[in-house]
Amino acid sequence: MSKIGSAIYEIHHIDAIAARDQWVNKVHPLVKLVLTVFYITVVVSFQKYDVAGLLGMAVYPLALFLLSEVSFGDSLKRLKLVLPLVCFVGILNPFLDRNYVEIDGVVFNAGILSMITLIMKGVFSVFASYLLIATTSIEKLCYAFRLLHVPKILVTQILLTYRYITVLLAEVNRVTQAYALRAPNQKGIHFKVWGSLTGQILLRSMDRANVVYESMNLRGYHGEFQYVGEKIRLSWKDVCYMVIWGGIFILFRNIPVIPVIGNAVGGLFL
Amino acid sequence: MHMADALAAPAVAGTMYVCSAAAAAYSIKKVREEDDAKKVPVMGIMGAFVFAAQMINFTIPGTGSSGHLCGGMLLSALLGPYAGFLTMIGVLLIQCLLFADGGLLALGCNIWNMAFYGCFIGALLIWKPLMRKGITKGKIVLASVLGCVITLQFGAFSVTLETLASGITELPFKTFVMTMQPIHLAIGFVEGLITAAVLVFVYESRPELLYGSGENEKKQGLFSLKKTLVILAVVSVFIGGILSLFASSHPDGLEWSIEKITGSAELDNNDEIHEAAASVQEVTALLPDYAFKNSESAAGTAFSGIIGGVVVVIVCVAACYVFKFFRKKNGCGENI
Repeated sequence: MSKIGSAIYEIHHIDAIAARDQWVNKVHPLVKLVLTVFYITVVVSFQKYDVAGLLGMAVYPLALFLLSEVSFGDSLKRLKLVLPLVCFVGILNPFLDRNYVEIDGVVFNAGILSMITLIMKGVFSVFASYLLIATTSIEKLCYAFRLLHVPKILVTQILLTYRYITVLLAEVNRVTQAYALRAPNQKGIHFKVWGSLTGQILLRSMDRANVVYESMNLRGYHGEFQYVGEKIRLSWKDVCYMVIWGGIFILFRNIPVIPVIGNAVGGLFL
Repeated sequence: MHMADALAAPAVAGTMYVCSAAAAAYSIKKVREEDDAKKVPVMGIMGAFVFAAQMINFTIPGTGSSGHLCGGMLLSALLGPYAGFLTMIGVLLIQCLLFADGGLLALGCNIWNMAFYGCFIGALLIWKPLMRKGITKGKIVLASVLGCVITLQFGAFSVTLETLASGITELPFKTFVMTMQPIHLAIGFVEGLITAAVLVFVYESRPELLYGSGENEKKQGLFSLKKTLVILAVVSVFIGGILSLFASSHPDGLEWSIEKITGSAELDNNDEIHEAAASVQEVTALLPDYAFKNSESAAGTAFSGIIGGVVVVIVCVAACYVFKFFRKKNGCGENI
């Protein structure tokens, strides 16, 4: 599948899994959005040598993967964009940071620990973002943005961009496919047609924007956009969900739960 | 250049969110002022266009590699800086959520690094001044290439600063900068050429779509003389009157050096010339040592700060007028 084709598939796939009738999908979008941002903030706030503490934060993505039945393999694919830059930044840490850190009597190379925490932070935050979008449709997210008083103009524009991405991706796919068929054995678009090929799509998009605007007017658009079918109410279950997860994040941030549990369980056997 | 969450500390990410939110609030205000109902649908669809067009691989002649379109510069050239900036926010948010291209927490950093520089610097400081006297193909190419190169350099430098400020890498500043800047110089140049090709096509087919093409309104500078003077006066009063209260009473760098060498902060000069100069200064100095004569009060310091600021503004404005007068006399005043 071409790059554009796989992008279209990915968007449809995410739309489909976000619309499933799962328990996590029904949690209030504002709760999920706030929790995700809080989780990522807590994850990236860990000290650079605190591998054991950070390991405890794996509990959130792990639990959500199990609860929402979102494919773990799909989320791994999304790391391909994040990991290269993260690795580039962290790969030299073992060579540049030659200090040693002692944890429970065991001495570690500080640079290696900081590299591991950096990669863990990258992976956890990508998983959290993916779990948010995989369990919450973009319309519901925009609804949550409006509840947070993000200006209407910005939210409407985000929603429209999202709605037309697949349409324009399909158009770009058709154009590039037609070009590839007429220019075999050629990688990419030749520089002589850089302007005309993309420019044609651009002009068509501009015309499409005018048609869309007129259609919206005919359907009664007056600057206000309907984000979801009906108002989503915050239930006590949503509040409990947020309080419990929020509490867990704060607890895991302040207490190294994994070593404590490890010591406690180990003590039973030793 | 999309930053991942792991590369930004919460404090850095929060600061960049605030900066980006301020730019977004200003842009929303400007777009609302335009009062064009069609703008939002056009922004939405142009955002989708940029998203889709960035997936096209453009072959770079003689290299075997490929480049992509520069979204910020293209949107600014079509929609203007404010609508372009808001559109880029939408694109970056969707890229982050759908394709994990950039982090949710680092979104503020990414908006600043890519959208702010691309739209505000690219459009207001490069595109607009270049197109002031009419749009030509050459100017489009120049503005696109310059805009992409400069804004990408700013963006790459910001990534370096934000990552280092977050304290997550052991890479020295110099090494990091020397890795980031040259590669983005090349990328910026190629992206500039691709963007220029598309904009030249638009110019040939539908020139009215380009930002600044129908500029019949009176051209004005960013600030009028009156506005500039008012701002200068307010800043001077603030710095002189308020910040001067916190001025250190310790010796400055030069005084400190002299004190180290001679044992005193001021040099003794007993010759006639120095004595004469000192007596003239004593008479003319209204506020010796930045205070009222024979007074140690803070009000004296503040007053001297305000007076100093006003005097500097007057001297500066007078110097500008003298400069303009001589330029006009030489017959080149109108072409500045």
